[in-house]
Amino acid sequence: MGEFRIKVNGQAHSVDVLPDTPVLWVLRDNLGLTGTKFGCGIAQCGACTVFLDGQPLRSCSLPVSGLGNAEITTIEGLAGREGEAVRNAWIARDVPQCGYCQSGQIMSAVALLKQIKKPTDHEIDLAMNGNLCRCATYVRIRAAIHEAAKLLES
Amino acid sequence: MGDNGPTRRTALKSVAGIGGLVATAVILAMDQPSAQTQRASSPARELRPAASFAGITNRRARSIALFEEMSKVLRHPRCMNCHPASDRPTQTDAMRPHQPLVVRGIDGHGAPGLPCATCHHAANFDPAGIPGHPDWHLAPASMAWQGRSAAQICAQIKDRTRNGNRDLAALIRHLSDDSLVGWAWSPGGRRTPAPGTQAQFGELAKAWVQTGAQCPRA
Repeated sequence: MGEFRIKVNGQAHSVDVLPDTPVLWVLRDNLGLTGTKFGCGIAQCGACTVFLDGQPLRSCSLPVSGLGNAEITTIEGLAGREGEAVRNAWIARDVPQCGYCQSGQIMSAVALLKQIKKPTDHEIDLAMNGNLCRCATYVRIRAAIHEAAKLLES
Repeated sequence: MGDNGPTRRTALKSVAGIGGLVATAVILAMDQPSAQTQRASSPARELRPAASFAGITNRRARSIALFEEMSKVLRHPRCMNCHPASDRPTQTDAMRPHQPLVVRGIDGHGAPGLPCATCHHAANFDPAGIPGHPDWHLAPASMAWQGRSAAQICAQIKDRTRNGNRDLAALIRHLSDDSLVGWAWSPGGRRTPAPGTQAQFGELAKAWVQTGAQCPRA
């Protein structure tokens, strides 16, 4: 075990875990931030997506020892214009079905909109196809991203 | 959003949960034959040292033989997977299309919203099966090698308009010293490493250049 100082959602934490513990499990088991989901553990499904210094990260794919001084943002700490627009669009379009993958979907959607203000269907597909949804809400996800882009325009 | 997900302990104990089913589905899907699959022949595991070609007295023939030995590395899945013919990389020794679908993007580092660094970090992370390097990225389209013969790749890597504007000295340095090239010999997990060592590969490249950097016949 070892002590790691990490910054999550603007707050500093100290955790005593094995160096190869994936960030996902530190968030969920040590910090109780269970909005970030375990889906596959091999970066294939996107359910564990968070931000690492503002960039999307599959939190199952990075050991806590690899974090360094980078800051993590989880769904619980998501803020800003894009986050608000996506949240409102998700509610308006009633996107989630079971909801399990949705925090990862939202994080990826926000990451996309931070880079491309008005993405095309193709750009949405390229950014989002690493986020699986067993309920197949993909059509609503795409529509909600377009709607969020409109909200950001207005 | 409410939570009913597993802890790490329960997740590791069983694949019967939601996450496990997703993983199982993905793994099963990855095992299915695909029309897009470009199956490589069995990757080479041995690399002859440059000195072992000294017995070939014809300089041109020796140069070609050296390049053909180099091509065991150049055409190895650890290298070819990120030198795809399309915008999409491949993975595994069978060179299956990368899962999830990712693309080169404008700078080789992936699409906006899904850059390579979303999953690939500074080092290999074997618990998740993810290879890593600080500058993990795809080769540019001009360096696409998949589906090309050794002769075509040879012409390509000498062509400064397609090789990142490298002269032969810079090319030797790239092949001998670049740490992303070097990842091919330390790929982590159960990945088959490129044959030999990067130092051996560099010696082959140097000897190839010293013998005139000749290419095999097309």
